[in-house]
Amino acid sequence: MVLNCRHVWDRISEYIDDTLDPQVRAEVERHLAHCEICSAIIDSTRNIIILMADERVFELPLDFSKRLHARLDEVLKHEGPEPLGIGP
Amino acid sequence: MTSPAPVDPRETASEQELIASILAGHRETFHLLIQPYEQQLYRTAFALMKNEAEAEDVVQDAVLKAYRKLASFRGDSKFSTWLIAITLNEARGRLRKENRATVDSLDAHENSGDFTPAALTDWREVPLAALERQELRELIQSAVAELPDAYREIVTLRDVEELSVNETAELLGISISLVKVRLHRARMMLQKKLVPHLKLVGKTASKARMFGRLPWF
Repeated sequence: MVLNCRHVWDRISEYIDDTLDPQVRAEVERHLAHCEICSAIIDSTRNIIILMADERVFELPLDFSKRLHARLDEVLKHEGPEPLGIGP
Repeated sequence: MTSPAPVDPRETASEQELIASILAGHRETFHLLIQPYEQQLYRTAFALMKNEAEAEDVVQDAVLKAYRKLASFRGDSKFSTWLIAITLNEARGRLRKENRATVDSLDAHENSGDFTPAALTDWREVPLAALERQELRELIQSAVAELPDAYREIVTLRDVEELSVNETAELLGISISLVKVRLHRARMMLQKKLVPHLKLVGKTASKARMFGRLPWF
């Protein structure tokens, strides 16, 4: 089967995650070899995914960790974990 | 429903020891146990609350709940998955209480097969170093924030936190195939929204390299 651009667009996400069946993947690659537009779309999507995973994008608020552990300390001082079987 | 994500024995061995130690009375050890997951929990909470202060409250409450309920963690899923599930529940509970739980109508997105991505052949790569620029970070944040809720949750778990498709399906209680469909739609929406801007950032960056300075926008 020869894939057109729209077929390739529908498979971009699975292509990037490498979950396409090998035969389909080979067909996508054949298309990409001569389609500059689809190659650019795949590269840009992949690049966005790489950027999103960078921890600088969704950074913790300043002193987040300090406040979390301080609040935790207050509870740890007075309570142990509940024994099994209590509450929902 | 899906089977739980596979547990890596190396990863959990020391965690199991930490948990046993806490349950045996070394409460302080709980600090160590949760430290590696703080950012992941915050990102999860932020995806739902869309607000820094509320996301922080959600994480604090979820972590306290995890501490109190630690004895009920069975180890049949990863500890991180268990923590994220508690955080999701906490956030959802709050949204429900405040009547902010929105039910997106995704039908329009999921049934339309005619999505057209942004085609920009001259755009190839924005280097990670460009994330030093707040403009780029904000662009990505706002593109994610504008996604429909169900898509934002999936993109956050899968692409921001880098969980597997199986873990994402397990956490959201939906099938693997639905995760894949929504993830694809979400990524395409982000691509369409971001690429024209990224192109601008990328171009300015390469110009900056040429002239040896960083004018950016």
